[in-house]
Amino acid sequence: MKIHYILRSILFSFLAFTAFTALMHNANASIETYPFETAQQEKDYNVLINELRCLVCQNQNLADSNAELAQDLRKQVHTMLVTEKKDKDSVVEYMVERYGDFVLYNPPVKSQTLLLWAGPFIFLLLGIWFLMRIVKQSNSIQPTKHENAEHSASKSE
Amino acid sequence: MNKQMIPLAIFSALVIFLAIGLTLDPKEVPSPLIGKPAANFKLQKLYSDEAFSPNELRGEPWILNIWASWCVSCRQEHTLLVDLAKEHPVTIVGLNYKDTPSEAKAWLQELGNPYQVTVQDPNGQAGIDWGVYGVPETFVMDREGIIRYKFTGPLTKKRIKETLLPLLSELKDNKIQVK
Repeated sequence: MKIHYILRSILFSFLAFTAFTALMHNANASIETYPFETAQQEKDYNVLINELRCLVCQNQNLADSNAELAQDLRKQVHTMLVTEKKDKDSVVEYMVERYGDFVLYNPPVKSQTLLLWAGPFIFLLLGIWFLMRIVKQSNSIQPTKHENAEHSASKSE
Repeated sequence: MNKQMIPLAIFSALVIFLAIGLTLDPKEVPSPLIGKPAANFKLQKLYSDEAFSPNELRGEPWILNIWASWCVSCRQEHTLLVDLAKEHPVTIVGLNYKDTPSEAKAWLQELGNPYQVTVQDPNGQAGIDWGVYGVPETFVMDREGIIRYKFTGPLTKKRIKETLLPLLSELKDNKIQVK
């Protein structure tokens, strides 16, 4: 029983840690500071630089990356939002037109990306199916094993 | 099939997929610009005070090569471009990306100049419009100014011989573009 408690507390602290780092990740700021006219602009800016991928260092978003292209694209996002008064969607459209869906960390659901979106759930279902089969098998095997053990035990007496 | 063979089969399938994955280049991002009209720009030429715009090139296929003197792999492809310009009559425009005129000129002096026109993009704005993310990049445009191909990274002998030259001769033969 004790081991259950230990396992459970390990799992809990792991989940808490993951949630915490995810929050921290969103809160991180880029290097430059830009002036904004409204709170909405600043919010949009922060959402966008976290959502758009830096194409030079492909596993980082614009907020995390210090590559020159990321700096330029951050500037571009700011110019479009503040100077040109464009909305968030048109900035995303502008980036996708030039760099493709790849620039989005949150790709749209299309026929091309269907496997990407459905894949994890397919694997989850497969896993559950396997697990159920294994549990069923071991349930049907165990009693016979037990009987055998008893049998051999009585024999040795 | 024998039940014990199932894990082996799954493992082999995984190995095959991973092996295919290893041969792909993650840096090759498919460009959404292919098949679309080339983005226009109006930039100052390197060797004069005039501005140049790709609209002037309507009616002939042309190549846009994006390079910079600070870019190491540009040096590697540059000799191939010089050879290409010598051997094949094709308009090559050089877009000098985030560079200074003096360094760019010194670079062309040293390595040769394959470009009919070189334009300056000191702050990389035209680069963003062309979806540039890794210099060098090379675009091929048809007579109508539609982007037909994009090379990311340096051109190699193989890429020129197997992709660029066949594409150029096809674009030259196509007097009337089929839309």
